[in-house]
Amino acid sequence: MSQAHTPQQGGTAGQPAEAHSGETLVLHKGRRKKHSEVRTVAHHLLRNRGALIGLTIIGLFVVGSIFAPYLATHSPTETSLVSRLQTANAEHWLGTDELGRDLFSRMLYGGRISLNIGIISVVIGIAVGVPVGAVSGYYGGKLDIITQRFIDIMIAFPGILLAIVVVTVLGVGVENVMIATGIASVPIYARLVRGSVLAAKEQSYVAAAQAAGIADFSIIFRHILPNCLAPVIVQSTFQIATSILWAAGLGFLGLGAQAPTPEWGAILSNGREYIRTAHHLTTFPGLAILFMVLGFNLVGDGLRDALDPKTR
Amino acid sequence: MYQYILRRLMLTIPVVIGVSVIVFAIIRLLPGDPARALAGVQATPQYVEQVRERYGLDEPVHIQYWTFISSAVQGDLGVSTFSRRPVTTEIAERFPRTLVLASLSLFIATIVGVSAGIVSATRRNSLFDNASMFVALVGVAAPVFWLALMLQLLFSVQLRWLPATGMGSLRHLILPSITLGMASAALMARITRSSMLDVLKQDFITTARAKGLAERVVVYKHALKNALIPVVTVLGLQFGILLGGAVLTETVFAWPGVGRLLVDSILRRDYPVVQGTVMLLAFLFVIINLVVDVIYAFLDPRIHYQEKESS
Repeated sequence: MSQAHTPQQGGTAGQPAEAHSGETLVLHKGRRKKHSEVRTVAHHLLRNRGALIGLTIIGLFVVGSIFAPYLATHSPTETSLVSRLQTANAEHWLGTDELGRDLFSRMLYGGRISLNIGIISVVIGIAVGVPVGAVSGYYGGKLDIITQRFIDIMIAFPGILLAIVVVTVLGVGVENVMIATGIASVPIYARLVRGSVLAAKEQSYVAAAQAAGIADFSIIFRHILPNCLAPVIVQSTFQIATSILWAAGLGFLGLGAQAPTPEWGAILSNGREYIRTAHHLTTFPGLAILFMVLGFNLVGDGLRDALDPKTR
Repeated sequence: MYQYILRRLMLTIPVVIGVSVIVFAIIRLLPGDPARALAGVQATPQYVEQVRERYGLDEPVHIQYWTFISSAVQGDLGVSTFSRRPVTTEIAERFPRTLVLASLSLFIATIVGVSAGIVSATRRNSLFDNASMFVALVGVAAPVFWLALMLQLLFSVQLRWLPATGMGSLRHLILPSITLGMASAALMARITRSSMLDVLKQDFITTARAKGLAERVVVYKHALKNALIPVVTVLGLQFGILLGGAVLTETVFAWPGVGRLLVDSILRRDYPVVQGTVMLLAFLFVIINLVVDVIYAFLDPRIHYQEKESS
């Protein structure tokens, strides 16, 4: 697309494109097709009961996180020794912890941390894993063999273990948890995209692009990758959920967010000591993690079905 | 077939070397003196020097790696800075406990997951199907450490039926293995269900029914055999979930296995033990995946052994 079309490109979706040059019309047709694809997927997604429930859950958490300062009834870190370990009441909706901090307010801020970790770790995973997988699959040969062995090595650390190893080296804290869970998701993207690129490479549009003399870099990133987006989007939805679970696990083990950061896993770990007398300190943060993960998994399931022409 | 197994074995070699390099690198990447990290925070200067000498930490990195790997092969993974016992002894003592826990969890997960998946598939959209798929969704989403605490709260604190922590009897194993197996069971139920639904749509099932075979024979003899192939292929993944989950589950239930040893050692900065446990868990996972791939090759004659690697 050349610069001359910029005004049309910026136009709102669905606007009629009459009285323009023929070339612009072609461009708009292409754009319409894209929109109708997005619309079809959205349509299927919104007709899926599970996905709707998932979207609602995520929506609630997102709103809660964004407006945490306005929704919180108390400061998340302010202690009050007179109101220690209270169960749910009118003043403290979800009760208080051992330092008298309001659990509801802490959990609102905790939602911010979990969402941030989930999203940033996925961004890291995509930023590293997608180009690695794409280049490895496109060029093949020795480069592919070597890259795949590196991916094999990363995959050899089961589940949360790779994140634990990274945190051991980097040290604890929210930022390092993001990096650790991000690195741990790199091999998943690399494998996924490599597979898609291997399949796409056989398509005639790639041969056409090669014949037209387009640079490899451009073929990979402008022609092939946009066609391999669907599985990456689905995987990312699930991966946000997994990263949130891993981060909470690290927080619980004392290897993630540190006190007084109101991270859900850390709150839960802290509340363990009082499980016999004040189990709300473990029950509620756990439920919050469960619902957030469930929300992303439900949307992931829905997206997978909506993006798969066979099931919709 | 043997060519495929040989190829698969060859591919394991770079992974094993790579894992050992990463484990070797953990200590070198830490800020500060690696000799201090290996000797422990409270070690005397003499002991630090002794460790530096023993592992050749003044030598160039490739020689250090050689020293590390040749001692490791001989079973010398260093000495715990916490207990002052050899790392191999510490691990050898705890590893069987993790193995027992993980095996029992996998056993429970397979029985519960596969049967729930079959019943769900054969009674699609029934109350049982909806209920078990709902439980499966929650089972995957629930953090394993939270599930552990909730089961403790219900069965140990409230009902006083089962011990909350520790080991010694079979009763101590019940809660940890249910907790650890939950996510695997959920995953297996979902895979079994969808794979079973796929198989039940195939022509040979219609033929079997047309022959007048009892529905039970069709489902359990004809369909199940084929439906289980995808379940077997994710066995490696299941072990990954179990080994990773063991770290968290063992911590909650004070189950003295390698998972808890790893967490305790990280928190105590007992790096020789961290190295040993990480290496053990990774190697174990590599071996399990190797075995699963070989079993898979035997089970499914449709796969092309030559092409397997590129998939």
